Amino acid sequence: MSTPLAVREVLVRRNLTFLAGLAVVGALTVGSSLVTDFSFSAGIASIPKALGWMAVNFIPNARALRALPNIGIKLAETVLVSIMATVLAAGAALVLAILASRTTRPHPAASAVVRLIASVCRNIPVVAWAMIFLLSFGQNVLTGLLSLFIGTVGYLARAYAEAIDETADSAVEALHASGASWLQTVAQAVFPALMPQLTSWMLYMVETNIRDATLVGILTGTGIGFLFDVYYKSMNYSSAALVVIGVVIVVIAIETASNALRKIIL
Amino acid sequence: MKGTRRHIRLRGRSASSVALRATLAVLVGITVAGFFLLDTKHLNVARAGARLLKDLGSMMTHPAALHFSIPEALKAILVTLCLGFLTTFLGAVLALVFGLFAARNLSRPGLVAFLKGLVAFIRAVPTVLWVLIFAIGAGLGSVAAIMGMTFHSFGYLLKAYSESFEEIDGEIIEALKASGANWLQIVTRAVIPSSMGPIISWTFMRFEINFTNAVAMGAAAGAGGIGYDLFMASGFYFNTGEVGTITWLILLVAILLEIGATRLKRTQHVQR
Repeated sequence: MSTPLAVREVLVRRNLTFLAGLAVVGALTVGSSLVTDFSFSAGIASIPKALGWMAVNFIPNARALRALPNIGIKLAETVLVSIMATVLAAGAALVLAILASRTTRPHPAASAVVRLIASVCRNIPVVAWAMIFLLSFGQNVLTGLLSLFIGTVGYLARAYAEAIDETADSAVEALHASGASWLQTVAQAVFPALMPQLTSWMLYMVETNIRDATLVGILTGTGIGFLFDVYYKSMNYSSAALVVIGVVIVVIAIETASNALRKIIL
Repeated sequence: MKGTRRHIRLRGRSASSVALRATLAVLVGITVAGFFLLDTKHLNVARAGARLLKDLGSMMTHPAALHFSIPEALKAILVTLCLGFLTTFLGAVLALVFGLFAARNLSRPGLVAFLKGLVAFIRAVPTVLWVLIFAIGAGLGSVAAIMGMTFHSFGYLLKAYSESFEEIDGEIIEALKASGANWLQIVTRAVIPSSMGPIISWTFMRFEINFTNAVAMGAAAGAGGIGYDLFMASGFYFNTGEVGTITWLILLVAILLEIGATRLKRTQHVQR
């Protein structure tokens, strides 16, 4: 019993598409390695070295333990900045989202303008914002706070607007029909129905922002990122590794807490 | 009438609304306290803000290119895009293979727990720290940047892929097992084809993230590309116009990538 001709043709064609896709991806990979000057052998060779570094330095020595209080303070500062940036951004994003959402916008033009602002805020990377703010705010904790704030506003404004679009439709219509004003509708229908979802997004952004704050800190000379950079550049690797451990503990703790909260809230 | 002003309580104070209020109260409380706790080193915020507005104005209206030509800037963008592509691709291949062993319905519980724990750790370390850890062996440069970014992408994609594998209907797998299909056949004929939509969508989303990461690693960890030019323009030459040009270029590419990712997400119906 042989496979019918038509089926065989389909199979051959599917194999050809697969091979063509493989060839394109292969060419892109080789091309990208050439453009970026990447050598696979050097990359693979760096893995045992990195693992070895972690194995040696992740057990804190006396020097690292002396750095512990300082690491704790900087970690706390970084968490504080991440939470502040997220909370302030959530407030701003909520206003923008109400102006942007199809169901609650006062005017289509407002929606278009707000969407453009949000898009610019999130599509300019946080690092680029940090480099822009560095020119005027200098190496200051506010530089990082401001860059995280702007990036988060862009991200949350879109997420919030989508959330309002999706869930508030029927409630808004019902209130409109009963003669409620725009402000009443927003305050009584949009707000209560969406609060759990909006808070869940906020928790997610706090997590993201802690990681980003570490990065921004290296550039702006603040927080835990800067401390890592100092230890790293002075080859105090044991303390640098303790910073990594500290960041991991904080990020996983916040992730676990927000997952638990999300389960209760949503 | 007095009674009309009383609110009708529609929902009781359930555990969820208490938790919600408490969460918000804590977050807002921390934020308010933060204004008193943060050491701003007596920065004159009004003056810095005025300078910022001036900077933003001149960035938009007077983009300049003194230390690089436009072809050079485009080449730098290409380098950054290639960094993003390479790290996404390598991370995706690794995540696809190991993701199968991290899916509850396809692997043993011990192995699942081990892999999921491992990638939770990998994801918790910020990308820049991975890059700097790899740089100890490989030196600062594209090799360290690519290894570090690949590592983090692997952690992110493994979680995404294995979760979409787990969503596959258990009955399909049972039926295939009953008809004598082995593990490899189940994976290649059922699991991967039916998760293709989410896989493509998640991978492209990661590409979008990795473009941003590549900009960041150029600025913070010597990975080259447009991020390095941005770092030099702002941190070294203090040239607002150049920062403007570079920002415009990055913004343009990022918006194009976002449009692509949104389209994909919509056609594949993937939730974040």
